[in-house]
Amino acid sequence: MEPVAIVGVGMTKFERDRVRDTFGDLVFEACTRALDDAGMTIDDIDIVLTGSNDFFDGRTISSMAIMDACGSYDKNVSTVEGDGTFGAAHAVMRVLAGWGTCLYCAHHKGSESVMPLITNAMFDPIYERFLGIDSVTSAALQARAYMDRYGVTEEQCAQVSVKNHGNAFKNPYAQLPLQLTIEDVLASPYVADPIKLLDCCPISDGASAVVIAGAQRAKALDAKPAWVKGIGYNCDAYHLGDRDLSKVDALQAASKTAYAQAGISDPAKEVDLAEVHDTFTYLELMAIEGLGLCRMGEAGEFTAFGNTAQDGRLPVNASGGCISSNPVLVAGLNSIIECALQIRGDAGEHQVDGVKTAVAQGVNGPCGQSQCVWVLGGDE
Amino acid sequence: MDDWREAQEVLVMDGGIKVPYSWSAGETGTTYLESLRDDKKFLGTRCPECGIVYHIPRRNCPDCFSECAEWVELGSSGELVTYTITRKHHPQLSPLKGVFGYAVIKLDGADTGFVHLISEFDESQLAKGARVEAVFAGEREGSILDVRYFRPVKAVS
Repeated sequence: MEPVAIVGVGMTKFERDRVRDTFGDLVFEACTRALDDAGMTIDDIDIVLTGSNDFFDGRTISSMAIMDACGSYDKNVSTVEGDGTFGAAHAVMRVLAGWGTCLYCAHHKGSESVMPLITNAMFDPIYERFLGIDSVTSAALQARAYMDRYGVTEEQCAQVSVKNHGNAFKNPYAQLPLQLTIEDVLASPYVADPIKLLDCCPISDGASAVVIAGAQRAKALDAKPAWVKGIGYNCDAYHLGDRDLSKVDALQAASKTAYAQAGISDPAKEVDLAEVHDTFTYLELMAIEGLGLCRMGEAGEFTAFGNTAQDGRLPVNASGGCISSNPVLVAGLNSIIECALQIRGDAGEHQVDGVKTAVAQGVNGPCGQSQCVWVLGGDE
Repeated sequence: MDDWREAQEVLVMDGGIKVPYSWSAGETGTTYLESLRDDKKFLGTRCPECGIVYHIPRRNCPDCFSECAEWVELGSSGELVTYTITRKHHPQLSPLKGVFGYAVIKLDGADTGFVHLISEFDESQLAKGARVEAVFAGEREGSILDVRYFRPVKAVS
């Protein structure tokens, strides 16, 4: 891949019920921070890309309604309705196409609608929606399939909640730092077993933005670039019964592409840090395995040994992850931003020493139907 | 400006979007749902190239992209691939009263699973591979809810 870099990042604080800010206010805040971080003004931007979801926003073409808040007038504009990892991948492609420097922002206010009603509507209206299935109950089907296949225990899943909610104390943007024990998680009520309340992410409001530039532009700036070393994305079956939910085929395929582009042959040794999609605890374990950071079925044990802790050998979700703040669609962009900050050495209190190669993962569709993997590095 | 905002109660507009839709089940879906309604029989479609029997039936094989023109009659029992029991469910989304759950069920004769409801169970009866059978609604109208739910098959004594 031709050299492309993330040269500026910006996030709002993630909170529930952020009533003082409209969608546009959130977008403006995130974009302003990203431009400041890049040492740019809006006049330096050629392309604007936005990401949002019409159902969550309660307005059709929601991505166009915030164009005034991201300085898009008279610019080359495009929109992506999907997780931030996919949106940012599209931004990279536009930069590679030679259109110039891109500002990409994504926003979400989960507090303003009713999450189960919206996630129910992602299912097929003829065969599945009437059944009342939603994101939590469908995740529970996948959690059980994965846990059955590898003998993963609820206790092993609980470790992820304890670790990531604890990590969130060191991230000022995170919504839900919690000091928990495994017993606390196991004692929390079942929502849809095997998933319990403390296995689940919160509902969040917020926005994030990045500035992505080609090599020439990136090197001319004072900003520290985080270089895009590889991106892969792959899709699996939509209907849950069509695929083996315990498997991570799409994630493995996406990882293979991203690692090949980045020249990584042994991710378990070469990746220094990962930010993955952990809206439910079991998903972090599946992601660690799918990304090739440990062997299939061994992420529970890998986590128990402390490997994925903030001070472990291969920190996973040092930021606190989606389980601490889950602005839908923005979440994957946050993972990319966290990786960029870690590579730059700018992650503040949750900075991990010596991060040269970091991996971000995002998902789209029911039970991780589509998977996107990013590899970021400190060298061009 | 921040002080001014702190002192102010922000106005919130309540609203909603209510748009009726009429989703066609298509030819394939109509054949399938009519069979459930009129004959209490599940149908699948077979891919002529890879031989996979799809349930829910569909017109094209997602694996090899061939057209699936052959109908196959399936059993009304099958096995649990995975399941969950719902404990906290949004009232608007609950098609059943009392304790119920969701499962991916592979019907006898099908190669793929499908999602449906489970009820009338003891938790001890639920496991991967457990046999379940369809409970049909008395009055059926050509919808997936013509099957009310699946329940564990009673052991033959």
